[in-house]
Amino acid sequence: MDEFILIFRHEDGGKVASPEQMQIWMKQTMDWIGGIAAQNKFVSGTGLPFDESNRVVWHNNVVTNGPFGDIKETIGGFVIVKAVSVEEAVEFAKGSPVLLGEGNSVEVRKIAKEEDHQ
Amino acid sequence: MKQQELIPHLFRTEYSKITAVLCRRFGFEHIEVAEDIASETFLAAMESWAYKGLPENPVAWLYTVAKNKAATFVNRNSIFQEHVAKEVVGTAEEYMEIDLSEKNITDSQLQMLFVICNPIIPVESQIGLSLRILCGFGIDEIADAFLTNKETVNKRLYRAREKLRQERVKIELPDGKEIESRIQSVLLTLYLLFSEGYYSESTDSVIRKGLCLEAMRLTYLLLENRQTNLPAVNALLALMCFQASRFDARLNVNNDFVLYHDQDENLWNHELINRGILFLNKAAIGKVLSKYHIEAGIAYWHTVKNDSIEKWKHILQLFNQLLVLQYSPIAALNRTYAFSKIYGNQAAIAEAEKLNLTTNHFYFTLLGELYQSVDTDRAKENFDRALFLAKSVSDKKIIQDKIDKLISDCE
Repeated sequence: MDEFILIFRHEDGGKVASPEQMQIWMKQTMDWIGGIAAQNKFVSGTGLPFDESNRVVWHNNVVTNGPFGDIKETIGGFVIVKAVSVEEAVEFAKGSPVLLGEGNSVEVRKIAKEEDHQ
Repeated sequence: MKQQELIPHLFRTEYSKITAVLCRRFGFEHIEVAEDIASETFLAAMESWAYKGLPENPVAWLYTVAKNKAATFVNRNSIFQEHVAKEVVGTAEEYMEIDLSEKNITDSQLQMLFVICNPIIPVESQIGLSLRILCGFGIDEIADAFLTNKETVNKRLYRAREKLRQERVKIELPDGKEIESRIQSVLLTLYLLFSEGYYSESTDSVIRKGLCLEAMRLTYLLLENRQTNLPAVNALLALMCFQASRFDARLNVNNDFVLYHDQDENLWNHELINRGILFLNKAAIGKVLSKYHIEAGIAYWHTVKNDSIEKWKHILQLFNQLLVLQYSPIAALNRTYAFSKIYGNQAAIAEAEKLNLTTNHFYFTLLGELYQSVDTDRAKENFDRALFLAKSVSDKKIIQDKIDKLISDCE
């Protein structure tokens, strides 16, 4: 069994959602994650809030505010799952409520194992 | 209370107190001495009370005899004198002052709880030793609760005592910082002790209820001490109260299990439910959300008999959180049941089939239930599979009842 990271990419992270909307998303996300955890395939995960505490550090240590504005896509969070193949991980990703937003995507990447470094 | 009932009753309550106090005084390496003195005290009571009748204050009588026996033991046993008495108990006079005050009993039992619930011994041994030393259970009662024989229990307890002795475990409360981590294994043992009683296959309902009550008493012991009165402990006791509130509704007159939906809620113990709510409120401080908080939340919603979408939404969210924190097949199945209550059977069947718990009879029972309103042939197939996999008589009976009902509904 391998581990895969599912990275949520939001087309416009700068958009502000209402607290009610946030709560609906939260529940949808938890139902999705709960379904993965019920298969004993959930490893970990977190959301990355689009608030003020964001910076980007560039080459030569230039620091800019947030990843928003300049670049089109923003990472909104990630989960790490266990899966036997990238296909299975993709099936998990398809259930993500992030994909309800047009233009959003979930990037599926295999996580390097200890032995891959040797 | 008549004499023949009084001695077993006192044994249950006082044996563990005397053992805990003596053991704390002698050190864990002399646990057998403490247990022997406690046992001999009860033998003496049985002999003496049969002739002379009950003393005015039986508990005080027991404590006096235990103190005297402890003193005699120290005086007579020269090896004990040389190796233990000097370093641990001081002189014989000093030793006479064995403190059987309520406060010292509580402190000793609490410290013994931390000694026994030590992850260096297997968790079944922790439960067994707790039952023996802290709850005064007999070896045969422990064997009955674990559905095993006396020899196995004796061997298990012997190995556990040896291990704790070898590791020179000290009888003390861990200090402030350590308590938070050490209390995890204490809580797990108490949780399993309670579950052992609640879900045991043992047909002896007195023993089963006894295990639950002892688990609750020991959990309450933790709450009585400021250092161990932590949110997770309150959450665990809340969980136990909610579960125990259904104790009398879960069994019918034939001692068969009554499923939740068929229970007479008038038999639910509302005082325990209210106590549970109180503990759950006290648990709601601090930042740590333990699995006991989540399970207590789920158990709370089960004390609300009326089915509503809102209730099941809460339960589903709690199961989602529980599974993220710690996977278990039973939580996965219960989550799927809650899911069906909100999203319908068809969607829940798709969720259930992903679980792939194909050796678990509860899995096929759940699938059978979900298919009931969708496809009765598939429902029957799944119930049949569940019946094939189920081992206990009570599980088989529950599944057979479902099959019979399914067939009679089809006719």
